[in-house]
Amino acid sequence: MGDVTTINQSAAKAAKEELVHPLYVRITHWINALAILIMIGSGWQIYNASPLFPFSFPPSVTLGGWLAGGIMWHLAGMWVLVINGIVYLTLGLATGRFQRKLMPIWPRDIGRDLAAAVTGRLSYKDPSRYNAVQKLLYAGILLTGVVIVLSGLAMWKPVQLWELTLLFGGYEGARLVHFFAMSAIVLFLIIHIIMALLVPKSLRAMVKGQ
Amino acid sequence: MRRKNLNVDAPVLIKDAAKLLPNPSRRLFLRGGASLGALTLLTGCDIVDGPTSERALRVISEFNDWVQARLFNPNRLAQTYAESAITRPFRFNGYYDESEAPDVDEDTYRLQLDGLIDKKQAWTLDQLYALPQETQITRLICVEGWSAIGKWTGVPLGDFLRRIGADLTAKYVHFACAEGYSVSIDMPTALHPQTQMAFKFDGETLPTKFGFPMRIRIPTKLGFKNPKHVVGMAVLNNYTGGYWEDKGYNWFSGL
Repeated sequence: MGDVTTINQSAAKAAKEELVHPLYVRITHWINALAILIMIGSGWQIYNASPLFPFSFPPSVTLGGWLAGGIMWHLAGMWVLVINGIVYLTLGLATGRFQRKLMPIWPRDIGRDLAAAVTGRLSYKDPSRYNAVQKLLYAGILLTGVVIVLSGLAMWKPVQLWELTLLFGGYEGARLVHFFAMSAIVLFLIIHIIMALLVPKSLRAMVKGQ
Repeated sequence: MRRKNLNVDAPVLIKDAAKLLPNPSRRLFLRGGASLGALTLLTGCDIVDGPTSERALRVISEFNDWVQARLFNPNRLAQTYAESAITRPFRFNGYYDESEAPDVDEDTYRLQLDGLIDKKQAWTLDQLYALPQETQITRLICVEGWSAIGKWTGVPLGDFLRRIGADLTAKYVHFACAEGYSVSIDMPTALHPQTQMAFKFDGETLPTKFGFPMRIRIPTKLGFKNPKHVVGMAVLNNYTGGYWEDKGYNWFSGL
């Protein structure tokens, strides 16, 4: 019996070590996914009230019905996004996960892996290890997340947080940065979702952990 | 909206100022909104734009009022700009067409006062114009997202409130406008040094489209919190909302 227990324990331990994504990553990932959808849909609604560029988003992909509803969603989703983001970033830094998973990123490796990905020779066998392109995209999207939150705060409180707003070149500057950060996130999402569908085990890992 | 000379009498103002929370039927502003949004795919439309989600969103919007009131620093000034930065032509914006802006007769105009104020006699335009005025060039930021820099000249609202013996510990100052618009603001913002009763725009008497004869200019709040054609002012402790706030815009809407 003793042997069996030991074996079971070590098997459980091995399984735990094989976890691609610990529980906190999976929970914060899916909360973030929901928050991002809310922020993009409502953000597009707000954009449409006074478009920065000569186009609008189709109303069918916006959230809130009209401007007031869009703002309500945006400034409610903001709390979910920011609180969840702080939990994720804190745990990611404290556990050393970011450093372990995302560092180092060498330009040479990016070139190599990008070429391999385009020619279909990149291996996705081990979802616990990121290739250089993944590292770059994930590190980039974390940074974009910080930028979009800060530029959003700069637009929301250009008087109370004027130093922050100044950092983005004033209110109109923050508005532009916010828009381009959104564009970067949408671009990332398209690649991210296509890759998750092409490599289903990566999606499974984000649900089940392995 | 109605194009006529307005002479607002006190009872109307009291009725307006005493208005409490908006009619519940007006709360369902999201219902019937054409869009369901991307979330519909995940959660079903009732959660997205039905009355349940709207109630939840209203609660969070009130929480955001609370957060903003705490974030508001009464000594922090909005950035001021040089003459060269002024946006010309300055954009008209309103819930009515520019041609429908109300014409207020300057001779019969009276600023009516109500609520927690010692000296409630109405003010004529000449009496208001005689008060010490200040000029400031600030950015007006619209709830829609656009912004424009303009120059307003007027009487600091805080000075006026002290002069008329308003209860400065009251929670709200409510404004009633000639054509029916209304808005209420928090007392700390009313007392902010840059909040003014503006009588001039860009050095000229306030034109009709920008709120003749008086606009409340608040550089620390979104544009819709800057009422035009103001004919009544009340100092209150009860929440009275406002034209857009009742339709769903965040009440505090501070910058």
